Amino acid sequence: MSDTSQSVELNPPKSAGDQPGTAKVRSQGVTKRILLWLTSMNLAVTLLVILAIASVIGTVLKQNESFNSYLDVFGPFWFAVFRNLSLYDVYSATWFVAILLFLVASTSSCVARNAPAFLRDIRSFRLNAQEKSLRAFAHKMDMKSDAKPESLVAPIQALLERAGFKSRVKTQPHEILISGRKGGMNRIGYVLTHLGIIVILLGGLLDSKMQLKLMDALGMVKVETANIPVSEVPDISKIPVGGLQAFRGTVNIPEHKWGDVVFIGLKDGYVVQNLPFKIFVNKFAIEHYDTGMPKSYMSNVTLTNKETGQEITKTIEVNHPLHYMGYNIFQSSFGDGGTKLKMSAWQLSGRAGVAQPIDSAVFDKKRFDFNNQNYQLEFTDFRMYNINPVMDDKGVVHQKNYGPSVTFKLRNAAGEAIEYQNYFLPISFKGHQYFLSGVKRSIGGQQQYLYIPADQKGSIDTFMAYLAMLSDQAKMQQIAARLIGDVSSSVDGKSAMSNEKLTQSASASIAELVHIFVQQGFPAMQAKIESALAQRNLSPEAKKKAEQASISVVRSVLERAFLETLAAQDGKQEFTDKDAKFFDDAMDAISALPAYGSPIFVQPKSFEQIQSTGLEVSRAPGAIWVTIGSIMLVLGIFMNFYIHYRRQWVLLKPDDKGTRILLAGSDIRKNIDFDKDFAAFSSELMAATESKPSESERPA
Amino acid sequence: MSVPKEHMMPMLDASLKLNKDPGRRIGIADVLYTLIALGAAVFAYYHYREYLWGPQIGMLFGFAIGVSFLGWLWPATRWLVGVVAVISLFTVYQYGLYAPGGEAVGRIKLHEIQEGHFFLKFFLSSPAATMWMVTLFALAMPTYFFGMWRRSAFAGKVGSALVWSGIAMGFIGFFARWRESYLINFDYGHIPVSNLYEVFVVFSVFTSLLYLYYERRYQTRALGGFVMTVVTAALAFLMWYQFAQAANTIEPLVPALKSWWMKIHVPANFIGYGSFAISAMVGVAYLIKEKVGGDGVNDRLPSLAVMDDIMYKSIALGFAFFTIATILGAMWAAEAWGGYWSWDPKETWALIVWLNYAAWLHLRLSKGWRGTAMAWWSVGGLLVTTFAFLGVNMFLSGLHSYGKL
Repeated sequence: MSDTSQSVELNPPKSAGDQPGTAKVRSQGVTKRILLWLTSMNLAVTLLVILAIASVIGTVLKQNESFNSYLDVFGPFWFAVFRNLSLYDVYSATWFVAILLFLVASTSSCVARNAPAFLRDIRSFRLNAQEKSLRAFAHKMDMKSDAKPESLVAPIQALLERAGFKSRVKTQPHEILISGRKGGMNRIGYVLTHLGIIVILLGGLLDSKMQLKLMDALGMVKVETANIPVSEVPDISKIPVGGLQAFRGTVNIPEHKWGDVVFIGLKDGYVVQNLPFKIFVNKFAIEHYDTGMPKSYMSNVTLTNKETGQEITKTIEVNHPLHYMGYNIFQSSFGDGGTKLKMSAWQLSGRAGVAQPIDSAVFDKKRFDFNNQNYQLEFTDFRMYNINPVMDDKGVVHQKNYGPSVTFKLRNAAGEAIEYQNYFLPISFKGHQYFLSGVKRSIGGQQQYLYIPADQKGSIDTFMAYLAMLSDQAKMQQIAARLIGDVSSSVDGKSAMSNEKLTQSASASIAELVHIFVQQGFPAMQAKIESALAQRNLSPEAKKKAEQASISVVRSVLERAFLETLAAQDGKQEFTDKDAKFFDDAMDAISALPAYGSPIFVQPKSFEQIQSTGLEVSRAPGAIWVTIGSIMLVLGIFMNFYIHYRRQWVLLKPDDKGTRILLAGSDIRKNIDFDKDFAAFSSELMAATESKPSESERPA
Repeated sequence: MSVPKEHMMPMLDASLKLNKDPGRRIGIADVLYTLIALGAAVFAYYHYREYLWGPQIGMLFGFAIGVSFLGWLWPATRWLVGVVAVISLFTVYQYGLYAPGGEAVGRIKLHEIQEGHFFLKFFLSSPAATMWMVTLFALAMPTYFFGMWRRSAFAGKVGSALVWSGIAMGFIGFFARWRESYLINFDYGHIPVSNLYEVFVVFSVFTSLLYLYYERRYQTRALGGFVMTVVTAALAFLMWYQFAQAANTIEPLVPALKSWWMKIHVPANFIGYGSFAISAMVGVAYLIKEKVGGDGVNDRLPSLAVMDDIMYKSIALGFAFFTIATILGAMWAAEAWGGYWSWDPKETWALIVWLNYAAWLHLRLSKGWRGTAMAWWSVGGLLVTTFAFLGVNMFLSGLHSYGKL
């Protein structure tokens, strides 16, 4: 930051990097030494590099997650280490802010030290330059002219002016010195660049969480960690209007509700900031492209000034925030605002196939008992659109809308919960329709689906009726008995009656197998068959045969039961391919039921959508300073890079016949451009003064 | 005479004599060109004023003024602007024949139009023009290297011609794509700088154009092969991205990107990225030359001093525009996300890139560092820049996730 190039101009540029007056350091006081250290280039570059490296941390480690998720990832030891280093919110960590402040201090002291000297320098013509010091420049040239020194002054000044230099002349008894300079704005550029950085950093600091962290450290405010309504948040966690100069907070407000606070995340909780106005949400809307992608998010809100009662109604959109009473209000997220739901709860076991209506809403909870067990339904979300990628027959992926869904948790008495996502409408796969229920057993776990086949009317009724039939053991026994009767009568009509007892016991055990299949699934039924067969002494081959026979009998019963269900439904007698597919799907669904984890199936019927909008409210008094600083920075950078600060001296000394001319020049940037320009100027000077190059001479 | 010795070296002399004329007067051609540019802006404003508002009007006229200034600074760009303007207007006219009144026709119909028309199919539609750009740029690299190796001025000129043509085709494809987005669906319409595919085209074109500036400024084509290497690498990625992931499909914008800020934030960024890429490749050439013995009489590469100077110039330019881009980004963020700085990974990496080059510039300007260390640093700088450009999208998540791989 300290631009040492000023030392170049009169001192030989041997050690461009050294600070002027380094040798004197030791004799000076501690304050001066600290100041010198603060303004040193090494410190500045070191700070830039350290800041760059420190910034990497926050991009690698996800910031501001919940403490629990960090604990999961790092384990207790590293979790504590990282927490103590404030790595979870690294950019507002004390040590990080300290680096920034250090940078401000370093930059400020550089500007403070250099700016006055620079500003003096750009007004000075350096007419006290001695021949000796001019000869120390890298760019110099000796010439000889036959003209008298006095006659050369005017053409040289004209030449300098044409090259953009302002010039002054100093006449002394034995020499005339013409000194030119240009590009003083370069030095202003230096000052602007560095002042700009300071202004930006201070503006940014003003808008940071610094004040809030300070209040927290001093105990003026307490972080609330519980998820409770605003009315229950204690006053110590609330900040009055104007209590914070700058903040960024968020709030979710459902449609047709209002809010007058925002939540500011701090550590592992939040604090509540009161606002001087109320935000009433009239409507939240999402527009979609034809692809189903969201096109815009809009909140129509009415703001009421709490003091004057004045109201304004405006629409806030992404990229179109609202500015009100010195606050900025942004569209930042959206969610459900408590959509009202009407559902049917189908029992899956016990009295299967019986539906009870449930009226609830998102964020509501519903308790129920089943088989003397307590359960709780917690409705967590409603989604209007579920756009999922689906691969078609050709392998091309399309976006497909599955329609509305409701997400809920089913919590048992032990507090364990399984998350379900059930869709309102049957979804078609390869020409067949299914009611979908997504199951998630753990947070972040894979979602698995239960596919319940929809009947030809697109309803769940046939499946549920069939399930009811299968769960009715008496009925199953009847069907089994009838089936056995049919089989034995076709084999031997006379012995049918004598076998009645046998039939009864056989049909009872078949009904039992069906019951096990419905309640516990296919593997359990298979196990039951095996254990029953194990009691008899059979050869492995016979055992296998008997097992297959049992399964096929059960299957026949299931089929028969399905036909009876169809008949009962709409008097249907024939069995089509569609029915066969339905039967297979139903079998799949029923085998999956035991793993479904819920004694009921919640079928969403209808909804009344209520959305909520996530608004971000901020106050940023530093923003204007950041803007001003940015303008200074950009102007300064361009001035610094593209305006050349140059000096050129022409020293005229009378000779026995004519004049010895010494041309010397400097450009603080020492780029090739100056080599070229100086060479060009040299030849122009030779032409203007009608001189020739000469060997350099030692000054007298 | 004690002017520094390198002034007497013929090579360097040559590179300096043909430098930009600092006090170039404004000639009749400059005035005419400016009038045409402004006239075009006025025409566009008059015809489309109902669609334009505030910043867009500023951008329209600002663009005309900027192009005029560039034409004065670098006359060759007038030809580029002229050719691109005429051909792009022709493309728009051709599309207009099939989609009267500027109506959207949909993706499938657009494809049919492109396939059914000779010029559109082979040259002017954005897929065709972009493919031409890729081909021309990819040919330029070996041509430049061949020219350097055989000391063939002719091959060098062919290389430059290839780059100029590639840039023209890149811009033609760019404007065609812009129009096509509206033809698919009026709602989709946007300037094609919104995703990784589109900005890779911008990167290639900007880097090549900036390179041509230094080529003329320093009168050396020897660095062309090096710069076009990084451009070709970018295009190799582009081709993979297009064919393996169908990334060239025109998609509608996510709500956060629907802002006029995008039109200036993204291009400013790519002047920065392009300049940093050039400085790194010149750094590579510098290090190679130093390794094989430094400056000599029969050099194929420019002198070390010249390359050092190009490195500085291009980092300075890149730094200036990167600063502007980052500030514009912050202003946009203040409008879209609620705060001008959120320490989002992309923002943070932009800061890291900025700090890196700030340190480089401090060492060079104030401590007078030159040579090998600075060349290594500018090569390393490209790695940091590449991570900020690509790595953040690939490995980190955040608000800038527009170009997932």
